[in-house]
Amino acid sequence: MSTTAIKPQPVPYGRRIKRFMADRPLVPLIILLVILVVILQILRPGIVNERWIANTIKFAIPLAILAGCQTMTMLTGGIDLSVGTVATMSAFIMATQIVNQDPAIALLLAMMPAVLIGLVNGVGVGVFRVHPLIMTLGTSLIGTGCLQVYQRTVIASGAKIPDFLNWLGTGVTWGFPNALLLFVPLAALIVFTLARTGFGRLLYAVGDNERATRLSGVQYWQVITALYITSSVLAGITGLLYIGLIKAPSLSLAEPLVLPSVAAAVIGGTSIFGGRGGYTGTIIGALILTVLTTLLTILQMPEGARRILFGLIVLFVTAAYLRIVEER
Amino acid sequence: MNHFLRRQGWVSGLFALLIVLFIVTKLIQPGYGSGDFGSLARAVLPYAFAVAAQTVVVIAGGIDLSVAAMMALTSVTAASMMAGASEEYALFVVPFVLAMGFVLGALNGLLIVVTRVPDIVVTLAMLFVLQGAALLVLEAPGGAAAEWLKALISGTVPIPGLPDAIDAWVPKALLVLIVCLAIIWIPLRRSRLGLSIYAIGSSELAAFRSGVPVKRTRIIAYALSGLFAAFGGLALTMSTGIGAPIPGPYLLASVAAVVLGGVALGGGKGGLLGPIVAVFVLRLVRTDLTLLAIDPNVTAIIEGLIMVAVVMFGAFITMRGRQ
Repeated sequence: MSTTAIKPQPVPYGRRIKRFMADRPLVPLIILLVILVVILQILRPGIVNERWIANTIKFAIPLAILAGCQTMTMLTGGIDLSVGTVATMSAFIMATQIVNQDPAIALLLAMMPAVLIGLVNGVGVGVFRVHPLIMTLGTSLIGTGCLQVYQRTVIASGAKIPDFLNWLGTGVTWGFPNALLLFVPLAALIVFTLARTGFGRLLYAVGDNERATRLSGVQYWQVITALYITSSVLAGITGLLYIGLIKAPSLSLAEPLVLPSVAAAVIGGTSIFGGRGGYTGTIIGALILTVLTTLLTILQMPEGARRILFGLIVLFVTAAYLRIVEER
Repeated sequence: MNHFLRRQGWVSGLFALLIVLFIVTKLIQPGYGSGDFGSLARAVLPYAFAVAAQTVVVIAGGIDLSVAAMMALTSVTAASMMAGASEEYALFVVPFVLAMGFVLGALNGLLIVVTRVPDIVVTLAMLFVLQGAALLVLEAPGGAAAEWLKALISGTVPIPGLPDAIDAWVPKALLVLIVCLAIIWIPLRRSRLGLSIYAIGSSELAAFRSGVPVKRTRIIAYALSGLFAAFGGLALTMSTGIGAPIPGPYLLASVAAVVLGGVALGGGKGGLLGPIVAVFVLRLVRTDLTLLAIDPNVTAIIEGLIMVAVVMFGAFITMRGRQ
C-alpha cells in the first residue's frame, strides 16, 4: 500500500474499479439489477412483461420504504429492527378498527403505536444510549405482546381491508401501480431531506463523528428522537400499504420484511457504521432483492436458504465496503 | 479492592432480591413448594445457558446477537437427529451438537477477526444465517428427544443421608445447570485463557501490548459462547421434547440478564454468578405474574418492559461511568 507514495504509478485496474464503485455505487447496482432480470428471462422466457414489472414494483415498494427507515437510522450508525412490528401493528389496527370506526379515526389509532414506539426508541437510544439494535429489538418484543393482547379484544368484531388501501396497495392504473402515487413523493421527500435539509445533514454528521457534532452544539438526543419517530411513522405507513397488498391481517404480517430491509439498505451502499450512503441506492437495493426473491422462488429455494443468502449478503457487502473505505 | 467489594456487593444484592422474590411468591401462593421450584429450575435452564453464552462474549468486550438463533439451530439439529433413533444414538448426538455449537461460535469469532467487521454486524449476519439453517433442518417444530435426556432434567436428585423434605428442593435441572457451567467456567476462570478474556475486554490495546494473543482469545471467547448456546439448545430440546426452528426471546433476555447481573457491557468486568442469579430473578418475576393470574400475553409485555428498563439502566450506568 505504501509503495504508491514512493513514485507515481499507474493506478491498478482493480483499484480503479473499486474507486469507481465507491464513487458511483448506483452504476454497478443497476448493472446487477439488469443481470438478474436477464437471468430471470433466460430461466423463464417471456416472464418479463408489463404485468411482471408492475407486480415487482408493487412488492418492492413496501420493502423500499422500510429500507428507507434502515437507511436513515444506519446513517447515524443505528438500525431499527422494530419496523416489522410497527408496520404489522398499524396494519392490524387499521384492519380491525375500520369495521366500526370512521376511517380518519381508524387511521389515527393505527398510527398511534408507531409514534409511541418511535418515541421510546428515540429516548432509549438518544438519552439512555442503549445500543439501537437492542433497544429496537426490545420495543418490538413489547409491541408484539401488546398486539397479542389487543387481538383478543377485537376477535369478535372481525377485520376488513378498507377499499382505499386495497386500491392503493394492489390497484394498477395504465400499467402503473397506484402505490407509486404514495411512494414517489415519499421517496422524493426522503432524498430531499437527506441531501438538502439541515436535518439530513445532521444525520450524516452524527453518524460520521458524533463527538464532533456534539461539540459543535448539536443536541444529539433531539436528532435521534426525531429520527426514530420518523422511521417508525414510515414503518406505520408501510404497514397500511402492505395490508392493501397482502390482504390478510395477521400478527406476523410485516415480520418477513425486516431482514430484507436491512439487506436492501446495505446493498444500496449505506454503511452500517454511519455517515455514508443515500436513499437512491436503497431503492435499487430493494428492487434487486425483490427480483432476487422471484429468482429464488423459481429455483425453488426454501425459505431457510433465502435467509442464509441474505445474511451472507449483509456480511460480504459490509466487509467489501470496509475494504474500499480503508484503502482511501 | 474497593472494586472487588462492589462487585461482590452487587451479586449479594441480587441474591437478597431473589430471596425477597421467593418470600413474595410464597405470600402470593402459600402452596408454592418444591415441585414449583423444580419447574422454575427447568424453565431457567435454557435462559441460563443463553446468558452464560452472552456473558463470556460481553466480558471479552463484544456482543453476540446470534445466541438465540444458535440455540434454535442446535435444538432442531438435536431433535431431528434423535427422531426415530435409538436411545443410545443420543449418546452420539449430544457431543456432536455441542461440537457444532463450538465450531459455529468459533466461526463467528473468526469472521470478526478476519474481516474486521464489527462484532455486532457479523453476529447479526450470523443470526440470519443460523436462523435460515435452522429452517432448513426443520421447517416446523418437530423431532424428538431421547427418554434418558428428558429424564435428566425432570424430577429431583436423591442424595443419600438427606431427608426427603430437603431432597425435594434439589431438582435435577438445577444440578445439571450447575455442573455444566462449573465444569467449563471454573477451570477457565483460573486459567491463563480466562485472564486473557478479561484482559481483551478491559483494554484490547493494553492486552495486546502485554503479549496476550488478542485474536486467538477473541475466537475462543466466541467459540465458548457457541458451546454454551449449544447447551441451551439441548436444554430446549430436553425440556420440550421437540425442536423449534423459530428462536425464542433469548437474545434480549440474555442481554438483560447480563446487565442485571453486573457485567459491564463495555467488557472486562463481572462474573458468571451474577447473570445466572439475574436469570432466576427475571424468571421468578414471571412466575409471580402468572400466579397473580395475569393474562400470559400481558405478562410478556411486562417482562419485555422490565428487560428494556434493565438494559436502559445498564447503558445509563455505563455512560455515567465513562464521563
